[in-house]
Amino acid sequence: MCRVIDLQQAVLAKNDACAHTLREDLAARGTAVVNLLSSPGSGKTALLERELTLARSRGVPVAALTADLATENDAVRLARSGVPVKQVLTDGLCHLEAEMLGGHLDGWLPSDTRLLFVENVGNLVCPASYDLGETLRIVLASVTEGEDKPLKYPTAFGLAHLVVVTKTDIARAVGFDEAAFRANVERVNPGVEVVLTSVRGGEGDGVLLDRALAARDGGPVHIPVMTRQSHHVHDVGHRHPHDRGTADRVADSGAVGSSRS
Amino acid sequence: MHEMSIALAVVDQVESAARPDGATGVSSVRLEIGELAGVVPDALAFSFQLACEGTVLAGAELITEAVVARARCIPCAESWPVGMPPRLSCPGCGGASVELLSGRELRIAGVSWHDAQVPTPTHEER
Ligand SMILES: Nc1nc2c(ncn2[C@@H]2O[C@H](COP(=O)(O)OP(=O)(O)OP(=O)(O)O)[C@@H](O)[C@H]2O)c(=O)[nH]1
Ligand SMILES: [Mg+2]
Ligand SMILES: [Zn+2]
Ligand SMILES: [Zn+2]
Repeated sequence: MCRVIDLQQAVLAKNDACAHTLREDLAARGTAVVNLLSSPGSGKTALLERELTLARSRGVPVAALTADLATENDAVRLARSGVPVKQVLTDGLCHLEAEMLGGHLDGWLPSDTRLLFVENVGNLVCPASYDLGETLRIVLASVTEGEDKPLKYPTAFGLAHLVVVTKTDIARAVGFDEAAFRANVERVNPGVEVVLTSVRGGEGDGVLLDRALAARDGGPVHIPVMTRQSHHVHDVGHRHPHDRGTADRVADSGAVGSSRS
Repeated sequence: MHEMSIALAVVDQVESAARPDGATGVSSVRLEIGELAGVVPDALAFSFQLACEGTVLAGAELITEAVVARARCIPCAESWPVGMPPRLSCPGCGGASVELLSGRELRIAGVSWHDAQVPTPTHEER
């Protein structure tokens, strides 16, 4: 016989559940994850190297994990800061998933780590959908990428807890229109903070570290409109018994799991 | 593209639902994709075909339903379709006390499958 089943399951429920568990397990040992997303070449590694170096000089225990499709170059650069660094090669996968991240932390992440910075694969589409159990999601764009990046990648920018502009030392040369960029960010993610940085000019020194430590210590974290969902409006009466309930999601409020049902 | 990861997750979930129920073949899977889900339906359809091969879903049709993204301003009690690129601040008051009503769905809505067994009624059955 043939039957039709009302499944009502979020496709990314498994990733969201893994992310939720990872966030709780890490929080229990005092570690918060910072997930860095941007296009290839926006300056994630350069900025991270600077902030890791600063953390080390201040005696803040941090670590970094960097994901790339190929090469260990980023890990080599980040390791110059002197903090624990791990390179993950994604074997063709264009993004990290929570379960993968968790697996890579086992037996590596030092137990006193306060902040774990994760440099995601350079890509503004795919990583946006995967919650990694982060406390802070930072989306970066360099001044050379054009002011309309946030409009072209609304899911990535719309889910950011913090937006970072990089390479401001060359902003004038490329005619970067800061006001237009800010307006575009505001359109897809009203209220999110936008900070300016440059590793060449020294602008915004320590800003990643400061924001990340504040979030880790329970300070207020921006809640993007895209994560403020009214579940009751469109889901009443359709919840599958195995689906993860609303209470679960609310406890994670501000977390960026993509498929809250 | 992460459409392959998404397709594999869909196949995985449908299999775990269908297998214990004795499904012998899945004819179609209905998927709701919100405008803001960050998934390209065409790319997904291609990946889905590949992901189904060699599983109980082999040959299954993927039916995608686009879900329009809508937001609501809490103080104004007004809602609007956010459009693309989305406008998530209130068009009325410009405020940010806004919530999303729909648009990030990535959800398996329904599955139809065949089985050889006598039906065991469940609450899920129509
Ligand atoms: N002028 C200038 N160049 C920078 C700055 N930050 C990074 N760059 C340059 O931008 C290029 C890319 O920087 P990376 O740090 O490798 O960028 P990424 O985002 O890690 O790149 P992927 O990991 O490949 O996605 C390098 O040539 C850097 O030297 C900056 O603040 N100013
Ligand atoms: Mg890099
Ligand atoms: Zn991809
Ligand atoms: Zn309003």
